[in-house]
Formats: sequence, structure tokens, C-alpha cells
Amino acid sequence: MAFFKWKRDSKTEGAPGVGSPAAGGAPPPRDSRDGDQGLGFFGRLRQGLSKTRDSFTGKLDLLFLGKKEITEDLLDDLEEILFTSDIGVATTQELIASVQEKVARKELRDTDKLKAALRDQMLAFLKVDEVGHPLPHPGEPLVIMVVGVNGVGKTTTIGKAAHRFRSEGREVLLVAGDTFRAAAVEQLTIWGERVGATVIKQGSGADPSAVAFDGLAAAVARKVDVVLVDTAGRLHTKINLMEELQKIHRVIGRKLPGAPHEVWLVLDATTGQNAISQAQIFNQALGVTSIVLTKLDGTAKGGIVVGISRELGIPIRLIGIGEKIDDLREFNAADFVKAIFD
Amino acid sequence: MFDSLSEKLNRTFKKLTGRGRLTEANVQDALKEVRLALLEADVNYKVVKKLVSDIRDRAVGQDVLESLTPGQQIVKIVNEELTRLMGEARMGLELVGRTPHVLMLVGLQGSGKTTTAAKLARHLRKQGRHPYLVPADIYRPAAVDQLKKLGLEIDVPVYPTEPGQRPENICLNALAGAGREGADVLIIDTAGRLHIDETLMAELETIKERLHPTEILLVADAMTGQDAVTVAKDFNDRLDISGVILSKMEGDARGGAALSIRAITGKPIKFVGVGEKVSALEPFHPDRMASQILGMGDILSLIEKVQDEFDEKEAKELERKLKRSEFNLEDFRSQLRQVKKLGSLEEILGMIPGLGKLKKLGNLKPDEKELVKVEAIINSMTAEERRRHKIINGSRRRRIARGSGTTVQDVNRLLKNFVQTKKMMERFTKKGGLEIPSFFG
Ligand SMILES: Nc1nc2c(ncn2[C@@H]2O[C@H](COP(=O)(O)OP(=O)(O)OP(=O)(O)O)[C@@H](O)[C@H]2O)c(=O)[nH]1
Ligand SMILES: [Mg+2]
Repeated sequence: MAFFKWKRDSKTEGAPGVGSPAAGGAPPPRDSRDGDQGLGFFGRLRQGLSKTRDSFTGKLDLLFLGKKEITEDLLDDLEEILFTSDIGVATTQELIASVQEKVARKELRDTDKLKAALRDQMLAFLKVDEVGHPLPHPGEPLVIMVVGVNGVGKTTTIGKAAHRFRSEGREVLLVAGDTFRAAAVEQLTIWGERVGATVIKQGSGADPSAVAFDGLAAAVARKVDVVLVDTAGRLHTKINLMEELQKIHRVIGRKLPGAPHEVWLVLDATTGQNAISQAQIFNQALGVTSIVLTKLDGTAKGGIVVGISRELGIPIRLIGIGEKIDDLREFNAADFVKAIFD
Repeated sequence: MFDSLSEKLNRTFKKLTGRGRLTEANVQDALKEVRLALLEADVNYKVVKKLVSDIRDRAVGQDVLESLTPGQQIVKIVNEELTRLMGEARMGLELVGRTPHVLMLVGLQGSGKTTTAAKLARHLRKQGRHPYLVPADIYRPAAVDQLKKLGLEIDVPVYPTEPGQRPENICLNALAGAGREGADVLIIDTAGRLHIDETLMAELETIKERLHPTEILLVADAMTGQDAVTVAKDFNDRLDISGVILSKMEGDARGGAALSIRAITGKPIKFVGVGEKVSALEPFHPDRMASQILGMGDILSLIEKVQDEFDEKEAKELERKLKRSEFNLEDFRSQLRQVKKLGSLEEILGMIPGLGKLKKLGNLKPDEKELVKVEAIINSMTAEERRRHKIINGSRRRRIARGSGTTVQDVNRLLKNFVQTKKMMERFTKKGGLEIPSFFG
């Protein structure tokens, strides 16, 4: 399963997966909203982040222009910049504290060094120790459950991820577990058609656990490689709806021991501090294995990721940078921070 | 996760003995806390800056009110300042002049436009209007389908958008057909788009030019962070929006985006979305929003609310009962009714200093659906049962469940919750410092 093992395999050259542009051979189909093809991963990422960079590094450079001495004022201004990137109070204070200490020890005598130290510290916050997740037993499918609050991009992410798996030559089955929102099943069905994946569904209003059970049965019978389970968007504060998710999780595990192997929490980059609460509560309920950060193609800074990674130790694995079928990318902390600071 | 602002301020002011006057020096520390609380609540950085300086100007030199601590005094000022900035309450839709009116919903992807369109249609119909839903999101898979289904659910006609139609034509055709449908308000659901997407922003401008909407409403997610100002500014610059609807307000987001959007556009927030159901649309309350941004630990706004919503005598009676452990299901029910009037139970708990922590006790915060159920159950009890819950045995439980259309488990759960709440309230009433009078006025 190159896609989901990508991180662990990342040192192995040539491992196919979402991070390797070579995966899939033929270029993926594109839909109507195009116009920036051929930029490659870095190009797209930077383009997506250009606004972030403009406002962030732009200000940063302005700040440092001609200033060699690091003053208290400078640190204050720096704090402002971090705040406006949605990095949040606690993380910003820690970042500042970490450099302040070094300034006091005269390790950071000029602004270049200060910048580098900040970047390093952000990288350190973004670094999460890999924990081994259970792998599917041989001959059994990899099961991924996708969760998140309303409208963050779960269904679209499933469509894009399915496309990724398909272009690696894997058989993919989608489970229409959002039986609540009007036309959610139809939405996933359209994605299934686009990417060439079977969609297992029941009528709207059906019990999502029952749909998941059916989906798993079909996946095992058809010997597919990957199962992606869509779920209805829900606010993490709704206890009954969180219990419903836990039930889906349990039912999947009963049908296929060890599954779901992955729980992806989708977060919207536009979201502010509430994303931390979302991550905490979804994680408590289900044990989130990866975070997908969507809508990084807007002007939102996405800085919340730094805090989440630091507070919860959940790796950010994928990013969404548009609505097109191939607008899903590997999250790479170095690239991410680099794109912000360069 | 966060301490409430008033808890923080009280700590800050612990060092200050005595009362008297707020000075530059003693306000300084408090304002630092205010600043961080606002940032933590996602209020935009620039907005915070302006606000804090306004608050400083107002606070310095003020006498501390007899009944308040300096911390509470600051919270009061902050709260008033936020409420003022938030604008007037109850700015409804302005549908005057020639019909059919056109109402257009715009916003980022996933902000909640489609659901809001259906909610508005339902709302308008209740006011005697004849809405017509127009699905103009031709991009997101099944978006048209979604609105069609919602229209069916609430029995409001939906323009039959077909694949391949351009948004502009959809809207023009719908307008032309509105008369045939007997409609007097068109509600256009546009596709979610980024404010920096030139092509798609131009598409909205075209629709605006051709249809002259009476209202252009920006639908924004209450959980939005610092970027809310950029998004709102761009949409407003291009379309001169008439107002804002904040979606997903029922969660635990502090909702600072509301303040940011209001400050940057000057446009009123007209409604808030508080759930996924088509009925979950409410008018906007600036004061509630202000205290939510402050972390709900705001005893002052509670006092204000309590003043006009609570019957003082009833409250005193409740307090007396609590102190003498006589709190019964009858009281529980009237309290629930108060809760319904005032906002959520969670909100109430959050507003009692020191009880902020209790918010984490999940079983003490039923959701709104739950409240309805609870009330139905208590309604099915006899007066005697309400007074003495201990007599409710198995067969009584079965009868109550049948009467209220619930299950015995529901009844059991309610009784358990009641006993817990009773214990908790009694405990907190008896302990010093957490006197219930501050809760019930
Ligand atoms: N610009 C941009 N839009 C995105 C991205 N990912 C998803 N979207 C859009 O966001 C909107 C919501 O996406 P969905 O996939 O329906 O979100 P969801 O989480 O499944 O929503 P619910 O099931 O209703 O909770 C759609 O219009 C998507 O096209 C992204 O990375 N960038
Ligand atoms: Mg979905």
C-alpha cells in the first residue's frame, strides 16, 4: 500500500505513492477549473501559499530590513506576524520564548539567525514521531475512515485519494457512510464514477454502520485493495454523533479485525483555533492516525497545523490545494515551512 | 481548554487589594489578558489592536462599581465594547420594493450556503412569502441535487437546473419563471469559491449586474480564523454585500470571526446557523456573541440576561430550595425552560464563575433535542412524582415512558441526570464563594 505507507517508505527511492509524481503513469484527468498545470508540487504548493508568503515573509523581511540588532520591539512585531498566521496564542508564545532565550544567550545576534531559529523551531513542532499503525493482513483491504466537521472537504478528499490509489493500479471501494446530508450519496457516487471505484450505498437516512458493514463485506468479497469510508460531517461537540462514529469504527473492526487501519481527520485551513478542539475530540473518540489539511489554495495561513502537531502529536499527512481530482499532495513539513519563510 | 477571561482577569486582579479607581498601570495587565483572549477567540489581529486601545481609553480613570471587582469591571467594559462593535440586534432581511426579490448567497467552499438557502426559504415561507430556490452551483458534484432534495423536504419549489447550464442563465431563467411558480423571493445558491478566484468572482459580479439582488449575503463559517477579514473584505469589495450569515454556531468555536467580519465590512450579521436541520436558523444576538467570544465565563452578561429573563421571586425560591436540598423535578423543569429561553445549558454553566470546569462533564449538557425529550418526560409525570422523584418505581417509569413517547431507558437516564444535577448544585450552593444568587440574580 504505497499510498498510506508512503511516509514510512519515504527513504526508499522510487516507492510509488502520493508523494511521487511518477505514480500512475498517465497524467490524471482534469476538470473544468484548470489553468495552472505543469508547475509541479513545489510550484503548486508555493503558489497556494504565495499569499501566505507575501504577507508573512513580506512582513518578516520588512521587519528585518536594516535591523541587525534584535530588540524587544522586533520580537513583539514577530509575535504579531505569527498570530496573523493562525498559529495561536500558546504556540506563538512558545515559539517566541524559544528564540528569546537564544537571543538572551547571544546565540542569535542577527536577524538571519533569528529567522532560521524560528524556522527550526516550527519544524520541531511539526515533527511527529512515527508510530507503527496496524497493517492490513495479506489479502485484506486497507480500510480508511474519513472524518471531520461539516464542509471541510471529506468527500472531495476521498475522491482525490481514490484517484491516487487508482493511478497506482489499486482496486478501490468507496463507502457512502454519509446517509444524513442531502445528496451526499450522489456526490460520492459521482466521484466513484470519475475515478473508477465501486460505491457501496444505501438510501439516505440508512444506518451508517449498516452501510459500513455492507461496504466491508463487499470489499472482502471483491478482494479490493483499498476501502475509503465517507462519513457525515459533524461538529465534534455533538456527543451522540461522535458515538455514532465510534459505532461505525467498531462495526468495521468486527467485520475485519484490525480495520479501520487509518482514521483521517480532515481539517480546513481556513479554520482558526477551533481546529485544535476538533483534533482533540475526534482523536479522543477514534484515534486519528493522520490529518488532511484542505483548502490551502486560499489565503488562509494554515498555521494552526503547527499547534495541532505540537499539542497532539498527530502527523499532518496530506494537503488539499484545490477542487480538482489531483489537488491532493503529501504534507512535507520542510516544504511547508520553507514555502512560508522563503 | 481555555480558562474563561473572567477567571484570568480575577487572577490578574488578585494582586490588587482594595477597589477604587482603574489606573493605566493596573489596567495594563488586564488588557494583556483581554488581548490574548480575543486572539484565542480568532478575532483578527488588527481588530484586536484597535479594540484593546478603545477599551484602554474607556477603562482608565473609571471608578470601580461598588458591587464589582476590578476584574469584573474590566469584563463589563470589554463586553459592552464588543457588543457595541457587533452592531444592532435583529437586522432582518430587507425585502422592500418590487417583487420578485432576489436574495443571493455567496461564500467560500463548505461554508454552508446550500443548507442556509433552505433554512432561509423555510424562514421566509413562515413569514408568508413565497420563496423559490435556485441552484446555481454547477461545479460541486451533486450540489444541485442537494438543493432539490432540501426543497422537496420543506416543500418549496426549486428551479430545475440542468447539467450544462451556465450560472448566469440559470438565474435569469429562474427569474423569468418566478411568476409562473407564484414566487416572490428568489434564493440563489451559488457555488463556493475562493475570494481570489478571479473567474469565479467575476461570475458573481455578472449575476449581480443582471439580477440586481435585494440582498447579497455572505455565508461564513463561525470557526474561521484570521483569514476571515481577507475573505469578507474581498467579497464585500467585489459585491457590496448587504449582510452576513454565520454558520455552524452551535459548536464550541468562540466565533471571533463574527467580530472581524463585522469590523472589516461594517455589514450587519443577520442570522446565525445553529445546526444541520432546516429549522436551525436564528436571529443574531450581538450580546450573546460578545459573551461567547469572551469565553462565556462572563458573569456580567449573565446578570444582564437574567435581569430581563428571570423571574426574580422564582429565582430566590430556587435558591432557597437548593440550600435546603428541596430541589425537585418540578424545579428542574422550570429551570430547563429558563435554559431554553436563555440559550444552552452549557452556556449557562459556562457563565457561572468557577463552574466553567463543569462544562467538561459531558453528561450534564444534553443537546437541544435532548431538552425537548426531557421536558416531555417530566410533563408525563404526576405532580407528586415531580415533587418526590424517589417514588418513581418501575411501573411508574414504564407509564411515564409511554406517556412521553420515550423509552424506560430515557426515563432512567433523566432521573440519573436529575439526581446528579441536584447533587452538584447543592454542593456548589453550600460552598462559599459559589453562591447561587450570582446565578439566578
Ligand atoms: N479550494 C478548495 N476547495 C476544496 C478543497 N477541498 C474541498 N473543497 C471544496 O469544499 C467544499 C466542501 O467539500 P466536501 O468534500 O463536500 O466537504 P465534506 O467535508 O464532505 O462536507 P460534508 O459532507 O457536507 O460535511 C466543496 O465545494 C469542495 O469542492 C481544497 O483543497 N481547496
Ligand atoms: Mg461529504
